[in-house]
This record gives sequence, structure tokens and C-alpha cells, in this order.
Amino acid sequence: MRSDDLLGVDPGTLAAIVAMMVATYLCRILGVWMMGHVPITPFVRRGLAALPGSIVVATVLPMAVRGGPVAMMAIGAGFAAMLVRRNELLALVAGLTVATLARAAGL
Amino acid sequence: MLLGARMIMPIVPGIVFFASAFGTAAAQKGMSLTETVLMSGLVYAGAAQLVGLELWTSSWSPTTILGVALLTFTINARLILQGASLQPWIGGLPGPVLWPSLFLLTDANWVLGERYRASGGRDAGVLIGAGAALWLFWVVGTIPGRLAGGFITRPEQFGIDLVMPIFFAAMIVPLWKGRRDAVVWGIAGAVALAAWAIVPGYAFIMAGALSGALAGALLPEAADAE
Repeated sequence: MRSDDLLGVDPGTLAAIVAMMVATYLCRILGVWMMGHVPITPFVRRGLAALPGSIVVATVLPMAVRGGPVAMMAIGAGFAAMLVRRNELLALVAGLTVATLARAAGL
Repeated sequence: MLLGARMIMPIVPGIVFFASAFGTAAAQKGMSLTETVLMSGLVYAGAAQLVGLELWTSSWSPTTILGVALLTFTINARLILQGASLQPWIGGLPGPVLWPSLFLLTDANWVLGERYRASGGRDAGVLIGAGAALWLFWVVGTIPGRLAGGFITRPEQFGIDLVMPIFFAAMIVPLWKGRRDAVVWGIAGAVALAAWAIVPGYAFIMAGALSGALAGALLPEAADAE
């Protein structure tokens, strides 16, 4: 531990950070690169069109279930606020308010 | 670019608190301020940074470095699918613009970009501007957490851990294009939940999203959409 050293950089730590950067950058470019080499048939085009919503739903649902009642209520509140007002800020405020109140209540 | 930066503002407060929480966690692992800022600036992926810290050590070997890189890859593999979904939109950008810009790709600007595109937008600068603005707030937001041990000691008290899921859930609304989506998203959600229950880690996103994409590819385009 070198927590007394505010500005120093440990070579091993730097190597680990660079390795994480490379791994993440590969994820960032691989999908774009691969789809650039796949012929966009109607089948592929329909699949790509279905991808954004599928990614969002496949991310949110398990996270809501994993997070328990508080996460479900907060995520539900954000979704409901968006449904009613179509405003991202309002949706976030609604969700975070529900989470804060629920956790303060000991849920 | 400025439009994207403006559109991303609603999530900025949540991201700054999330960055601060990462700074606090990094301080507890003994990382210096420079190391913490470098990690936020170069990796720029909140979940991977926080989970990566679980493996943090004070003496690195090639094996532990490879381990943290592999863990990072599995957590961020969802970006591969996000990139694939963006390809028809941004794939035509010149390489010297496209490949460096993709360094800024992350959940929030991706979902914002998809929302913008679903409502008819075509300017790829929205994606890049939103990513650049978020990057700046993410990196700067890391600093107070590292220095002061966080302005808040328990970020989950205010639901900071739920910022991204709430933002994603809200974005489901503008991405909805018709009843066909109910089938596709239902399959994506069911497979993701099943995968989450069976496989540890983040494989559920890949499993669910790919199942949804396959369902979308197989279903004929509905006449009643739009």
C-alpha cells in the first residue's frame, strides 16, 4: 500500500490499467468492425434493428431482479415517469428518489 | 457534438456521484491520485473499474494482469453488441474519426444515441459529443472521491448504484416502435433472466441481447409497426 504517495505511479499498476484499457477498447471496436465485414442482408438488418432494445431489456431485467425490491421499485418508477412525461431527468429523479426513500425506510 | 453534450446532461449528476464512489474505492485499495485518474481516463468503464478493483493487488504479475484484463473484457463484452447495433449508423464515418471516437463509447452515450436515432436523428456527432462530455465528468468526478474519501460514504443510500439501470429502463420507452418489439424484447428479457439465474457474471446481457436479435431477424417485419 502506498496511500501516502499521492502522485506516484507504480509500474505494475500502470500495466494493469493499460491492460484494462486495451480489453475495453477491443470491446468498443469489435462489434463495429465485425458488422463492417458482414453483408447486410434483410435477415441481418432485422437482427441489428432488434438489437438496441434487446440489449437494454436484457441488461435491466436481471439487474432489477438482482437488486431486490428497492431496485425493482426504483427502476419501475423511472420507467413509469418516462412513460408519462418522456423526460430523462424526471425519470432519473423519480427513480433515485424512490431508491433513497426505500433505503431510508430500511428496505 | 454540442447537442449530444446537452442531451446527456440529465445523467451527469448521477455519473459524478458514481465516479466519486469509484474514487473512494480506489483510495481504499491504496491507489494514488494519478493512478486513479489514469484508470478513469483510460479505461472509462465504471462497472469494470469497480469490479476490477476487487482483484487489485500491490504486486502485479503477468498472470494477475492478464486476469484483470480478461475480467474487464467479460464485463465490457456488451459494448461489442452495442457497437454492432451502431454500425449501420456510424460505420460510414472515415476511419480516422470512427476508431478514436469509439474510445468514448459507453452505456450512457450508446443508449442516448439509439434513442436519438429512433426519433429520426442521423448526426453521429451526438454520440461523440455525449461521450466526450461524460468522459470529462467521469474523470473529474473521480478526483474528490479519491481525495476526500468521497463526499458521501455510502453512495447506495441515494441509489447511485441504480443510476444506469434507471436510465436504461427509461430509454425503453422511446425505443418502442410497435407490438413486434413486445415479442423480441420478451424473448431477450426471458433469456437474460434465465442466463442470470444459471451463469455467474455478466453473460446474461450477451445471451439475452443475442436471443432478442435472432428473434428480430427471424420475425417478418410487422405491417402494423409505426
